[in-house]
Amino acid sequence: MSSLWTTLRNNLRQYMILLALLAIIIAFQLMTNGTLLKPMNVSNLIFQNAYVVILAVGMLMCILTGGNIDLSVGSVVALIGACAGTFIISWGWNSHLSILLCLLIGLAIGAWQGFWIAYARIPAFIVTLSGMLVFRGLTLIVLGGLTLAPFPSDFLAYSTGYIPDLFPGMSLFGLRNSTSLLIGVLLAIIYCISQMRGWIWRKKKAYEVESPWVLLLKMVIVSAAVIWLFYTLGAYRGVPKVLIIVGIILIAYSYFTTHTVMGRHLYALGGNEKAARLSGVKTTQLLFLAYVNMAFLASIAGIVFTARLNSASPQAGQSFELDAIAACFIGGASAYGGIGTVGGTLIGAMIMGVLNNGMSIMGISSNVQQVVKGLVLLGAVAFDVLGKQRMQLRFLPFFGRRAPKPQESVKLEG
Amino acid sequence: MAKKLLEMHSITKEFAGVKALDNVNITVNEGEIHAVVGENGAGKSTLMNVLSGVHPYGSYSGDIYFDGQLCRFHSIKDSERLGIVIIHQELALVPYLSIGENMFLGNERRRRRGVVDWNETYQKAEEYLKVVGLEENPRTLVKDISVGKQQLVEIAKALAKDVRLLILDEPTSSLNEGDSLKVLNLLLTLKRERGITSILISHKLNEVAYCADRITILRDGSTVETLDKHKDGVTEERIIRGMVGREMTERYPHRPHTIRSEVALEVQDWTVYHELYTERKVVDNVSFKLHKGEVAGIYGLMGSGRTELALSIFGRAYGSRISGTLIKDGQVLELNSVPEAINAGLTYVTEDRKDNGLILGNSIMHNITLPRMDFVAPKGRIDRDLERQTANHYREALDIKAPSVEQLVNNLSGGNQQKVLLAKWIYSKPDILILDEPTRGVDVGAKYEIYQIINDLAKQGKAILLISSELPEILGMCDRIYVMDSGRIIAEFPQSEATQEGIMNCIMQQSKGEIGA
Repeated sequence: MSSLWTTLRNNLRQYMILLALLAIIIAFQLMTNGTLLKPMNVSNLIFQNAYVVILAVGMLMCILTGGNIDLSVGSVVALIGACAGTFIISWGWNSHLSILLCLLIGLAIGAWQGFWIAYARIPAFIVTLSGMLVFRGLTLIVLGGLTLAPFPSDFLAYSTGYIPDLFPGMSLFGLRNSTSLLIGVLLAIIYCISQMRGWIWRKKKAYEVESPWVLLLKMVIVSAAVIWLFYTLGAYRGVPKVLIIVGIILIAYSYFTTHTVMGRHLYALGGNEKAARLSGVKTTQLLFLAYVNMAFLASIAGIVFTARLNSASPQAGQSFELDAIAACFIGGASAYGGIGTVGGTLIGAMIMGVLNNGMSIMGISSNVQQVVKGLVLLGAVAFDVLGKQRMQLRFLPFFGRRAPKPQESVKLEG
Repeated sequence: MAKKLLEMHSITKEFAGVKALDNVNITVNEGEIHAVVGENGAGKSTLMNVLSGVHPYGSYSGDIYFDGQLCRFHSIKDSERLGIVIIHQELALVPYLSIGENMFLGNERRRRRGVVDWNETYQKAEEYLKVVGLEENPRTLVKDISVGKQQLVEIAKALAKDVRLLILDEPTSSLNEGDSLKVLNLLLTLKRERGITSILISHKLNEVAYCADRITILRDGSTVETLDKHKDGVTEERIIRGMVGREMTERYPHRPHTIRSEVALEVQDWTVYHELYTERKVVDNVSFKLHKGEVAGIYGLMGSGRTELALSIFGRAYGSRISGTLIKDGQVLELNSVPEAINAGLTYVTEDRKDNGLILGNSIMHNITLPRMDFVAPKGRIDRDLERQTANHYREALDIKAPSVEQLVNNLSGGNQQKVLLAKWIYSKPDILILDEPTRGVDVGAKYEIYQIINDLAKQGKAILLISSELPEILGMCDRIYVMDSGRIIAEFPQSEATQEGIMNCIMQQSKGEIGA
């Protein structure tokens, strides 16, 4: 039980931020007279924010290594878009191979920056600031300052559009796309089964398990949320394809950070680099890979974004890095590294996304929007930092400061 | 009867319902050195923070009288105005400022309107430096002088503030014996020549016995007693009895004979050069042997090359141009990285658990399993239940006091953190453990437990190399003792022949020889 309490306390911040997201959604839902959660708008939200989520996940990996950020991602998004445009539109290359080539270029960019950061030990801030300029400049050179459009449909097919309705005319509950609801129900069932199997397995092995009621509550809430989302999407045109890409990335990286040795090593590296190195963590290699990964995800985001605009523009991706960084920090990542989760980052990105979208619906000018977003970022982090200071005062005396009880192992006399 | 300079009456301070100080009384006479001792967590630092105004008036109950006047400090500035200056354990000097700039930081010599008078600053700085016996140029950057000298600069800085009551929190915890003695002698000189009263907080009881006039003992947030050196017979044993509330007949557990004949590790002709200044030799042609089930000690002061030796053996984690041979269980080992060393059954338990050992922001569980994640991740996937079970096993085995293994390490006391550090390396299933100052900053009770753990490990046939600068610890725990100085092993003693005097003599001879040569 005490373990459950500690887990709760360690993750308190995550629950708070989730509540904040819900509060923001409800507030905008009311202020926009229900437009925010209309099926079409939910679908829009996903299209608008997919690339931010992808970038933020990569950014989280960099931040985890020790508060290192990557300022170049916006420029990388633009450069990849420019490459794709040149290959496919100007030179008429095969779309699928061009995408593959773009991803390889992304890896090369990551290796370049990773080398300077990890092996030459130049601060990430400086290397990626340089990258920001270099890759933006290369974008302009590649495109010659022009915008390339439009792309052929086989390029767009990967990330734009919807999963088609497999059962047209079925109209479950009057939905336009019943397949969507079926997918949602299927996902909810898979989730519940895996949760229950894990629970039973752990019980059998006599490991610590939560009470069945907590498990049930968790399953009900998550299933309801998933089914609601896919129901809403079904009421419009169905599941956006880009949601699959984002979903796969989220699940893969969430698994990576929580269940793999390398993921754990990433947290150790950010928590205390020297200690991690002396514990056998390959710190240099890990730092290198974090940046390779970042650029790789940035190139995926570049392709997604280019496809969404259906054009490769020299100005694409400007200030994307800031959105991604903000999402991580709002989502609870530590500016010193070692702390942060994929789930938190997703929530952080959603908060930014809902703020953007909600304020736009309300017709608030983009100037004011920037002010609000800036204050939200500061507020979220300040809340975190101040909260921690108070917590320390409250919890330290319990576990740290109090004098240890006399120990039995010491021999007594008299 | 000496005049009372400071009286603290029934001080009680709570942190969210837990009493850190419970009705503490302490009286300090003018012109004395008053030591405050107690185990970790007994409330020494809290008491000093109350006194210096770090915990402002109103956040505690009780009265403070300084020089006969009732004081209500709202911040450190208030207490400094009366001449109460506290020097914290972690030195508060800015490395990239000069000695002079540091000494007058926050207390600048000004001409007018905030313009600093540099001439006066450096002239005054030089004066005060002379008082503390430093001949450094006050324009030298603080980062360029040794820790021992930095401690003296701190004292000079306090003098510049017209100090009447100097509070030193563990002033010698990071100094070697020579520098420690300098600091203590300086306190005695300041007392004699300038009548400066000091409060000395220290773990090192020999130092307390050496220079304190009176000693106040705290235990669990309350005053136990105040001993007077001139009346009571003050010995280390007597102080310990007060601190732990019982007589420690044995500070070291009985060390059973567990040595086996097999040699676990042999190091031959090991030479290491400095990592940055690759011209400088830090370990010079060292050779030694470790048997299974043996606890061998390396006695050496800071800077003797002992840590560099250990780190370079541990997968070349330190040093450049390393040469020499490692033989484990009769086979030559070629270790080029830390993971290789860990896989080969070597571990190095650092002397600096906060910087090099633990990841303070992570849980006990994550810290313990870090060196060998493969044990809890059978197919590359971390089995979190197995991980928790494993961590719990070590928490119980080493008696780590925490509500659960999910507890973050920075919420633990020093002794418990040290046990987590040990647990982490025992978990990695080593054959050879290099323990570098395993009881540094750990209170008396926890020390004893750590010694027992070491004995247990030896009994299991592990070979242990215990590095320490505490002679009694080396003498109490080791089967065989190597003495290290200036990167070389200069002597080897079996336990039966080792004495404190013998070892110290050996080091003295060595340094004399160097001066003579």
